Amino acid sequence: MRASNLFKNLVCLVLVALLGGVASYASEKSLEEAEKDFNPTDMIMHHIGDSHGWHFFGENEDAVTLPLPVILYTDAGLVTFMSSEFHHDTSGHHIVEKNGMRFVNLHEKIYMLDQGAEAVEFDADHHPLNASKPLDFSITKNVAAMFLTVIIMLVLFLSMSKKLKKSERAPKGVHNALEALVLFVRDEIARPQIGEKKYMKFMPFLLTVFFFIWITNLLGLFPGAANVTGNISVTVSLGLVTLVLMIVNGNKDFWQHTLWMPGIPGFVKPILAVVELLGLFIKPIALMIRLFANITAGHIIILSLLGLIFILESVGVAGVSVPFALFISVLELLVAFLQAFIFTMLSALFIGMSVAEHEHH
Amino acid sequence: MELIKPEIGLIVWQTVVFVILVFLLAKFAWRPILGLIKERESSINDALDSAEKARLEMKNLQASNEKLIKKAREERDEMLKEARTIKEKMISEASTEAEEKASKILANAQETIIAEKQAALAEIKAQVASLSIEIAEKVVKKELDSKEDQMKLVDSMLDDVKLN
Repeated sequence: MRASNLFKNLVCLVLVALLGGVASYASEKSLEEAEKDFNPTDMIMHHIGDSHGWHFFGENEDAVTLPLPVILYTDAGLVTFMSSEFHHDTSGHHIVEKNGMRFVNLHEKIYMLDQGAEAVEFDADHHPLNASKPLDFSITKNVAAMFLTVIIMLVLFLSMSKKLKKSERAPKGVHNALEALVLFVRDEIARPQIGEKKYMKFMPFLLTVFFFIWITNLLGLFPGAANVTGNISVTVSLGLVTLVLMIVNGNKDFWQHTLWMPGIPGFVKPILAVVELLGLFIKPIALMIRLFANITAGHIIILSLLGLIFILESVGVAGVSVPFALFISVLELLVAFLQAFIFTMLSALFIGMSVAEHEHH
Repeated sequence: MELIKPEIGLIVWQTVVFVILVFLLAKFAWRPILGLIKERESSINDALDSAEKARLEMKNLQASNEKLIKKAREERDEMLKEARTIKEKMISEASTEAEEKASKILANAQETIIAEKQAALAEIKAQVASLSIEIAEKVVKKELDSKEDQMKLVDSMLDDVKLN
């Protein structure tokens, strides 16, 4: 009874909000004007992209932003300064001068102006003509968020190991939940995929990658948080680690099966070697694209749903898009775990292939 | 396109931080945690095994107890049975003995009675005889003072004999 009443009330609320929204929409500015003010693509790209400085809320000069260090490697050595020196400018107008070199922030990319240039000149496609990109090792928003994950993991697991050392009793609370996940990685991922004999060697990597991805995914769901696992650079790095582990731990059997497959006609062997060698690299590439695409897609859907409110310039749309965004957010909680599981599972599977002992026929 | 262009800075940071994290956690968290979990698992398994063993032992003990009880019961039954037969035997033996004794006593008594009777009869006979002789003497002394009387008696006696 109570649930149906609640549902009725909810429907009424949504309807009222919609009607009110349409009414207010009629009185607001025209659609063209709104489009000029609000560009959903820019908004979404800004939210899922990396940035120098951690922006929380506010616009331009009123923005509340956590300044982060900018570290650049130029021909004249390392240059460091805080991102706040750009004064929230990302259009390439505000010039920061350090060691006689001039830097601008153009769409969150740092450009170094050529010698003697006073301002950035753009070509027809809005590409800078008289500036080049130095190697950028800044602590960006993603790096900072990654540090946060690292700190959380260190705190959680060091305390867990300390607690375990202290008492032989069954763990309680958070440690119990974490232990269940550790056992899940051990018994459902590492053991079946790698095998009883060798799984222990890869447990540290698998556990770290699982918890890193999961915790980072969850942190990424907070409003204003960074989209770390949905950044291709991060997933490329994670995939590279898996690739290195596959290559380094590949045994004789694995390389024989990759480069010179036994038991097939001679002329097929080189063809198969090419295919297998490609496969060796495609496996981690698939890993990195899967994680990147899943997490980024989730963020884009939520941002698009919320962006509808601003595109239609109507607060009533919130009645529909907020519940939808909430639904997707809850779904993302599942996806956060699922993607961590899949990445770890497939890494274990690929490593398992490299170390498998084949029976000789 | 911006989205799928990897940034070298982020890749370097991610790789370095991740590798350091793996080594740190491996040394200070994963190895101790996994080791201790394994230890606890084996101790739990051991405890379960020993509990199972104890249960089995208990069961065996119970079974042997029951066997012992059964055996004891059987022994008791056997003993009772034996006692009963002994009792019956004793009773029957006693009764036959008693009977024998009684009959013996009876026989003895009869014999004595017969002997006593005969002795009594003999004595009575002797006394009667002596009494009759005495009486006869006296009678004779008194009656047979004369010769005729003596003759008369002899005659009557002779008559009696003839009659017999």
